[in-house]
Amino acid sequence: MSRKAHLKKFLAALLPTVICIVMGLLVGFLILLFANPSQAANGFKTILSGGFVGGMRGIGNVFYYATPAMMVGLGVAVGFKTGVFNIGGSGQFVIGGYFAMLLAHTLQIPRPFSWIVPILAAAVTAAVWASIAGLLYVYFKVNIVISTILLNYIGMYLVNYLIRYTIYDSGKNQAKLTPESAQIPGMGLDILFPDSSLNGGFIIAVLFAILIYILLFKTTKGYEMIAGGLNPSASLLAGISVKKNTVLSMCISGALIGIGGALMFLSNSGKSISVVDTLAAEGFNGISVALLAGNHPLGVILSSIFIASITVGGFYMQAYRFVPEIIDIIVAVIIYFSAFSLLIMQNFEKLQIWLKNKREEGHEG
Amino acid sequence: MSEYAIEMLGITKSFGTLIANDEINLQVRKGEIHALLGENGAGKSTLMSILFGMYTPDKGKILIQGQEKKITGPRIATEYGIGMVHQHFQLVKNFTVLENIILGSETVRHGFLRYEQAREKVTELSRKYRLNIDLDAVVSDISVGMQQRVEIVKMLYRDNDILIFDEPTALLIPQEIEELMDIIRDLRKEGKSIIFITHKLKEIKAVCDRCTILRKGKYVDTVSVADTSTQELAELMVGRKLEKSDTRAQAVQKEEVMVVSELTMPSQDHKKNLLNNISFSLHRGEILCIAGIDGNGQNELVEALTGLNRSYTGTIRIGDTDITEKSIRFRNSHGLSCIPEDRHQYGLVLGYTLEQNLLLKKYRRQPFSRHGLIHFKECREYADRLIEEYDIRSAQGNATAARDMSGGNQQKVVVAREIDADADVLIAVQPTRGMDVGAIEGIHKSLFKQTEKDRAVCLISFELDEVFEISDRILVMYEGEIVGEFDPGKTTAEELGLYMSGAKRMEVRP
Repeated sequence: MSRKAHLKKFLAALLPTVICIVMGLLVGFLILLFANPSQAANGFKTILSGGFVGGMRGIGNVFYYATPAMMVGLGVAVGFKTGVFNIGGSGQFVIGGYFAMLLAHTLQIPRPFSWIVPILAAAVTAAVWASIAGLLYVYFKVNIVISTILLNYIGMYLVNYLIRYTIYDSGKNQAKLTPESAQIPGMGLDILFPDSSLNGGFIIAVLFAILIYILLFKTTKGYEMIAGGLNPSASLLAGISVKKNTVLSMCISGALIGIGGALMFLSNSGKSISVVDTLAAEGFNGISVALLAGNHPLGVILSSIFIASITVGGFYMQAYRFVPEIIDIIVAVIIYFSAFSLLIMQNFEKLQIWLKNKREEGHEG
Repeated sequence: MSEYAIEMLGITKSFGTLIANDEINLQVRKGEIHALLGENGAGKSTLMSILFGMYTPDKGKILIQGQEKKITGPRIATEYGIGMVHQHFQLVKNFTVLENIILGSETVRHGFLRYEQAREKVTELSRKYRLNIDLDAVVSDISVGMQQRVEIVKMLYRDNDILIFDEPTALLIPQEIEELMDIIRDLRKEGKSIIFITHKLKEIKAVCDRCTILRKGKYVDTVSVADTSTQELAELMVGRKLEKSDTRAQAVQKEEVMVVSELTMPSQDHKKNLLNNISFSLHRGEILCIAGIDGNGQNELVEALTGLNRSYTGTIRIGDTDITEKSIRFRNSHGLSCIPEDRHQYGLVLGYTLEQNLLLKKYRRQPFSRHGLIHFKECREYADRLIEEYDIRSAQGNATAARDMSGGNQQKVVVAREIDADADVLIAVQPTRGMDVGAIEGIHKSLFKQTEKDRAVCLISFELDEVFEISDRILVMYEGEIVGEFDPGKTTAEELGLYMSGAKRMEVRP
C-alpha cells in the first residue's frame, strides 16, 4: 500500500473512536445538566479542557495519571488482541503494586536497582498471578473472564492480608509510602513539568507501548499469538502451540498490568494501597483505555492520556460546586459510554459483514 | 387449464450489485421431471428460494396451474402444493419419523394430537410409493437414505403436487441413488411435477424429461434430455468447450513415502473404536483415495495423521521418520501438509489478511522472518506470487481480509498454501467441495503436478465421480476400518457402494 492509502486507513480506523468520544461527552453533558443546570456549561468546559489549562504543571499531572492507565490498558489490549479476555486487571494491579512496594522497603540496594528490581518483581508476580487463569483455561477449560474476575477478589484480600503483616501503616490504614531511595527518578520530566507528580514512569510506559507494538505486529511470536486468538483451530493445524501462547498472553498481560501498579506506587505522589474491601478502579479503567484504543498498543498511549485528562478535568470541577461523587459519575459515564459505544460500533460492523455473507450464501449453492 | 404446473417468467432478483437471477424462465409441465442444471453460483438456489417464497423477486411473475400467484412465504407455497426436499434435511433429530412427518400440520382435537389418523395416512402413502420407512424409529438412528425418504413422505403427506429436490444425491451411496431414482419415477407416474436440482449430468440423463440450464444468473436454454448428449449439457452449463482431462500415465508403484500401521483410536465413551487397526501405505507419485460415506472415521483419520488428535496407538512413518509421537509443527516441517475439509474452522484465520493466511505455515522460516522478526517485503512478494499463480481474486489484493473473500477464493488460498508447501505427503480432504467446474479442473491439475514431482496425495472424498476421475488406488472406509482396496480401472461405483455401506468387506493387506 502507498503511504497515502496507509494514512487513509489510519484515519478511517480513528473515526469511530472520535464519534464515540463525542457521544460519551454528550451524555456526560446531559448528566451535568441534570445535576446542576446553572453550572453545567462551565463544568463541561472544565472537563473538556481537562488538565491542559494548568500550564506545564497541569499537563504533567495528566501524564502522571495516564501512566498506570497506559500500562493497564496495554495489558488488557494485549489480552483482547490475542483472544484472552483478561478482566483481572484489578487483582494483578494490586499484586504487582504490593510486591514492588515490599521490595522497595526491604531491599537495601543502590540506585537505579532500588527501583528497577521492584518493577521487575511487580512484573513477575503479576504474571504468575495472571497465569493462574491461563492455566485453568488451558487445562480445565475454566472461562478466563470468570476466573480473572474472581481472582480480582482473591488478589485484593490477599494483598490486604499481606500488607498488615509487612509494610502496614496502621495510622492511615494503608501500606507504608515508598521510601525516596526507591522512587522512580524524574528522568528530566520533573524539570520539564515542575511541581507535578510526574516522573520517569511515563517514559517507561510509552516505551512499553512501543515494545508491545513491535511484539504484536512485527514478530513471529506476535503473529502466532494474534492468529491463535482469531482462530485457535486453524492455528493449531498450522503447528502453532495455541495453549502455550494462551498462557504466554496472560503472563504478558498480567506483567504489564503489574508494572502499572509498580509505576503508580513507586512515586512521591503520596499514593499507597489502602487496606479496604474495594477493587482497584485502575484495573477496570484499563478496559476502557484498551477499548477506546481499539486494542492497538500505540492507540493506548493516546486513549490513556484522554482519559487522564478527563479525570483531571473532573478534579477542577469542584470549583463549580459539583460534589466529588457527581464528578466521578460524570467521568465514568464519559469513559464508559465512549468505550461501550465503540464496542457496539465494532459489533455493528461484524453484524453487517455477517449479514453480507449470509446474503452471498444465498447466491451460491 | 394450462399445460404447465409451474411457470416462472422473467424472474429477476438482485442482491446489492450482484444479480443472482436475471430474466430467468422456468416452465415445468404437469407430470414431468424437470432438471435445473447449473454450476455453483448459477442462481439455482435463489430461483428455488423465490418459488418457495423465501425471497420476493424484483421482477417477473409466477404462474401456478396457469394462474398468476404471489408467493409471500413458505406457508403460502405449501398451500399451493409446493414441497421441497432440502439438501440438508430439515428434520428434528430426536423426534420419531412419524412426529417429523406431521410436524407443522398436525391433526389436533381439543388441543391433543391425533396420531392414529396420521399414522394411517402415512402408512398408506409409504406403501403406495414403496418408501419403506419405520414410523417409530428416532431420526438420529436411521440412515441418510431413509431420512431422505422421510422428507419425501413429508411432502406427500401435505398433498404437494410440485416437488423440488435440491441436490438429493449428494449424501447417498450408489445403491441408494438407484432407489431414489425409482421413487422419483413412481412419483411422476402418479402425476406429480418434479423439479430436480443438480449438477450431476448422469442423473439428469437417468430420470429427467427436460432440463433448464442456468449460467451465472442467466437463463441459457431449456432442452429435451433425450435429444441432448451429456457432453452438450456440460458445455451448456459451463459455457465453453470442455477438454477431456488428460489421462495420466499409469505409474509404476514407487517407494513408500508414508506408512501407517495398526492405527487405532479409542472412542471417548469406550463403545467402539473410532479407528480400528488401520494400516496402509502411500507411494511416491500416486493419488490414493480414501472413499466412504461421511462419518465413517475419515475425520478421525485426518486428525490422527495431522496430529490434531494424538490419542491413538499404532505408528505413522513419513519416509524414514517416525512421526507417531511428534507435534503438529514437527509433522508440518517434515513432509506433511493438509487441505482441511472445513476451511473456515481449520484452513483460514478469517480475521487475517490474504497475505497473512498464505504464510500461516511459512512465517517462521527464512527468508520470511529472521531472529523472530518478520520480513514483510519477502512475505508480500511470496504472497503476490501465489496470488498470481493460483488466480486468487480479491478486492484489495494481498491486504484483503480473508473474511471478505468469496468461498471459492478462500478455498484457493488454502489449496495454494498447502500445495506450495511442497510436502512429500499432501492430505486433501474434499479439496473441490463447493467449487465450480473450472476451479475444480485447476485444483486437479495442481494435484497431478505434485505427483509428477514424486509427491504423494492422500485424497479423502465423498464424491465417487471425483474418486474415479483422479485416483490411482482406492481404499474404502467403513465404521473406522479399511474394508477394501481397489484399482479404479477394475471396479465400479456399484461395487464400491457395497463396501461403503458395509454390505461387503475384504481383508486388506497393508
